[in-house]
Amino acid sequence: MHSPVDKPALSPSRLAIHAVLLIAVVLYLVPLVVMLLTSFKTPEDISTGNLLSWPTAITAIGWVKAWGTVSGYFWNSILITVPAVLISTTIGALNGYVLSMWRFRGSQLFFGLLLFGCFLPFQTVLLPASFTLGKLGLASTTTGLVLVHVVYGLAFTTLFFRNFYVSIPDALVKAARLDGAGFFTIFRRIILPMSTPIIMVCLIWQFTQIWNDFLFGVVFSSGDSQPITVALNNLVNTSTGAKEYNVDMAAAMIAGLPTLLVYVVAGKYFVRGLTAGAVKG
Amino acid sequence: MATLELRNVNKTYGAGLPDTLKDIQLSIKDGEFLILVGPSGCGKSTLMNCIAGLEQITGGAILIDQQDVSGMSPKDRDIAMVFQSYALYPTMTVRENIEFGLKIRKMPQAAIDEEVARVAKLLQIEHLLARKPAQLSGGQQQRVAMGRALARRPKIYLFDEPLSNLDAKLRVEMRTEMKLMHQRLKTTTVYVTHDQIEAMTLGDKVAVMKDGIIQQFGTPQQIYNDPANQFVASFIGSPPMNFVPARLVAQGGQLHAVLDSGQARCELPLPGADLGLEGREIVLGIRPEQIALGAEGGNGGPSIRAQVQVTEPTGPDMLVFVTLNQTKVCCRLAPDVACQVGDTLALQFDPARVLLFDAQSGERLQATRIANTVKDNMAALGGR
Amino acid sequence: MTTTTARLRASPMDALQRWLPKLVLAPSMFIVLVGFYGYILWTFVLSFTTSTFLPTYKWAGLAQYVRLFDNDRWWVASKNLLVFGGLFITISLAIGVLLAVLLDQRIRREGFIRTIYLYPMALSMIVTGTAWKWLLNPGMGLDKLLRDWGWEGFRLDWLLDPDRVVYCLVIAAVWQASGFIMAMFLAGLRGVDPSIIRAAQIDGASLPRIYWRVVLPSLRPVFFSSVMILSHIAIKSFDLVAAMTAGGPGYSSDLPAMFMYAFTFSRGQMGMGSASAILMLGAILAILVPYLYSELRSKRHA
Repeated sequence: MHSPVDKPALSPSRLAIHAVLLIAVVLYLVPLVVMLLTSFKTPEDISTGNLLSWPTAITAIGWVKAWGTVSGYFWNSILITVPAVLISTTIGALNGYVLSMWRFRGSQLFFGLLLFGCFLPFQTVLLPASFTLGKLGLASTTTGLVLVHVVYGLAFTTLFFRNFYVSIPDALVKAARLDGAGFFTIFRRIILPMSTPIIMVCLIWQFTQIWNDFLFGVVFSSGDSQPITVALNNLVNTSTGAKEYNVDMAAAMIAGLPTLLVYVVAGKYFVRGLTAGAVKG
Repeated sequence: MATLELRNVNKTYGAGLPDTLKDIQLSIKDGEFLILVGPSGCGKSTLMNCIAGLEQITGGAILIDQQDVSGMSPKDRDIAMVFQSYALYPTMTVRENIEFGLKIRKMPQAAIDEEVARVAKLLQIEHLLARKPAQLSGGQQQRVAMGRALARRPKIYLFDEPLSNLDAKLRVEMRTEMKLMHQRLKTTTVYVTHDQIEAMTLGDKVAVMKDGIIQQFGTPQQIYNDPANQFVASFIGSPPMNFVPARLVAQGGQLHAVLDSGQARCELPLPGADLGLEGREIVLGIRPEQIALGAEGGNGGPSIRAQVQVTEPTGPDMLVFVTLNQTKVCCRLAPDVACQVGDTLALQFDPARVLLFDAQSGERLQATRIANTVKDNMAALGGR
Repeated sequence: MTTTTARLRASPMDALQRWLPKLVLAPSMFIVLVGFYGYILWTFVLSFTTSTFLPTYKWAGLAQYVRLFDNDRWWVASKNLLVFGGLFITISLAIGVLLAVLLDQRIRREGFIRTIYLYPMALSMIVTGTAWKWLLNPGMGLDKLLRDWGWEGFRLDWLLDPDRVVYCLVIAAVWQASGFIMAMFLAGLRGVDPSIIRAAQIDGASLPRIYWRVVLPSLRPVFFSSVMILSHIAIKSFDLVAAMTAGGPGYSSDLPAMFMYAFTFSRGQMGMGSASAILMLGAILAILVPYLYSELRSKRHA
């Protein structure tokens, strides 16, 4: 809704609006700014200065030490996130395709059951899942985490694709069937080429969810298989010796940069994912 | 090209649900143009989907070229369809759209190129071959959709309201083009529409449907002149047929219908009507174009004086509304008739064209006429 | 009418095509049945057993639930959830709606500002928790900053104060999620029919009044969705607690999700942990079911 009446550019109310918005911008940015600043200071700077004081000399020792500690776990996160994103997106696409264009008796019921999975509190499945992973020999492995993320990401990915595909007129599928195309041909040659927007949304949404996950990480992994979120938490919350806030902040930045970068580059897809998932909710 | 026959075709969507299609029976010869027409929800699109194999029938049989294809999948029935929304593949060019079905059938590329060229020339879309559907106008998309169907050279063409999405002027142009194309190519076609003008002008045979039942099957002229019931009569013809409830009295060995315009009374003789109908509640069916301006004391047919309630000059006609038997009646007169609201006109009827319908069921009540219609239908179905 | 009616058989390929959709969906169906509902059932069963470090299937009746209710930490966690949830939802809604309404006024660089408000959603709750833990650090965080800026004697030690530590969680969570609420309401506002606004203006209403009485009430569905999603985030909040306070000081900032993890995996009380998980599920259902019911009812009436 846009206010149909034009407002003068500098009325007091306009100024007030801009002021409030600006204050909000500052408040949202402050934590990020503080994190960055702190990460480039020395521990002495931190204890003598305050949150917003400029470092006496910009130094990267915090970053070096942080990277030294968490780089292995960063790599774990990649090993977990990339396959999980790709697999869950693929399955979600196929599911969405079936649910919107090849409906059969029971498929709607299945969709309803699946939908509930979007609201599932994962605490209710942690124990049985860990038993199962143990039996499969996948406890404390990155593969096990990939499996878990795929299973519990299915609800959202299927939802995304199904909602996208229902808006495609089914005359298109009918025409293709009359032309002689079968199930997979129609998917590959007609539906998939049309799916670019929703694939982007799904990839970005899944990447953000899985990279940022902590719960599954802390429950299903240990030691060498931990993702970076777990490593970060361990680093920050173990108090051996003096706290090195610059290292802590650098590590937090390392953990947060990938999703932040994805957001900056492809933010509109992220927003679409948020609102698409939310609309169903 | 092929014959098409539907035998006792039934379709239900589930036990306990009403039948979507009930006992559909019709057949067309090689090269004929069949129109399925009816209001929304009458089942015409469902019937078309069943013919195409996109939906399964629950009873009866569909025969193409005398072979029962009821169990076959769509791609094996050798049928092509043009959809109301055209359903062009949006990520492919026009050429790729036309080629798609041919490529799936593993035609050699040289033959495919030839087909595409032939079809593009026929439909005058050669300059559009490299474009994508989003870059085409509605009329151009429609041609491409037709081209896709033509390239396949199927046994039967199905058209699902292909002109509905076009604006009125384009629709009229395309209608004529379709007729021309059918005359040239002599393709067996089934065409679904809710537009009765398309039904009349394009079809060799018309099936009027309502609630999943074929109300009448015949040539356009039969449907127009000899409707089997009130629904069919009201559906075909624009402006629609007037339905005037009337009493029947016997006089001089003939039945007459009593008409009262509020200013005068007239007894319309109904030659050939069964005297046993006297006293029955009936409805007279009179088409607006069958009412003429009459001289009083008539040398023509029976006439009545009535007061003009509304006039609608349409350009080619003057539509005049009067009241007969407390019902609004539309008369289609010549455009130069000078009359105004409140004037009294003398209107003349042709008793031979007046139809009788049962007031309760809507069925036609001229015994002899109905027999003819049924005979015509039987001839159409079984005349081999 | 004698015609040959050889019924052509459907080819085996056709049969395969008919089964293909079901085959494709089958693995997911299996996963859903087992991994969602099967596991919930399993946890449900476990909550009635005497399991501690390892699962055993000795029937314990409602003993675990009773132990939960007798557990002070569980009560603290539940109470915290209500306080945290209530504040989190209300404040996020208020800020989100305010920002959305302001941004709806055709601001220059709206896109840029929106991006700033939303970026916290892209971060992990661990990162958010870590950042705010530092910001709220008693002695070195915000309080030191404000003291350096001239506010003598300002103290902010909520992180160490058992009665106030929950507010720290609220601050961090609101910072993360309010941008999302803003995005949802902005999208909703953009969908409002402008002729309603014009009609109200002709009736003489001022713009704030129009928003308050006309526009926002028409966005009730967005309100409901937002409350649903925020409640969902609140109930699942585990990462934030782990990063900021680890439930401390003591267990004064504990939340049910944290409790479940601690008792199930650290303290070897699988039975109790399972019971707490089932109660969390109950809480979600208590919000979800009425919402779905009202949605379905309105759809039927529509």
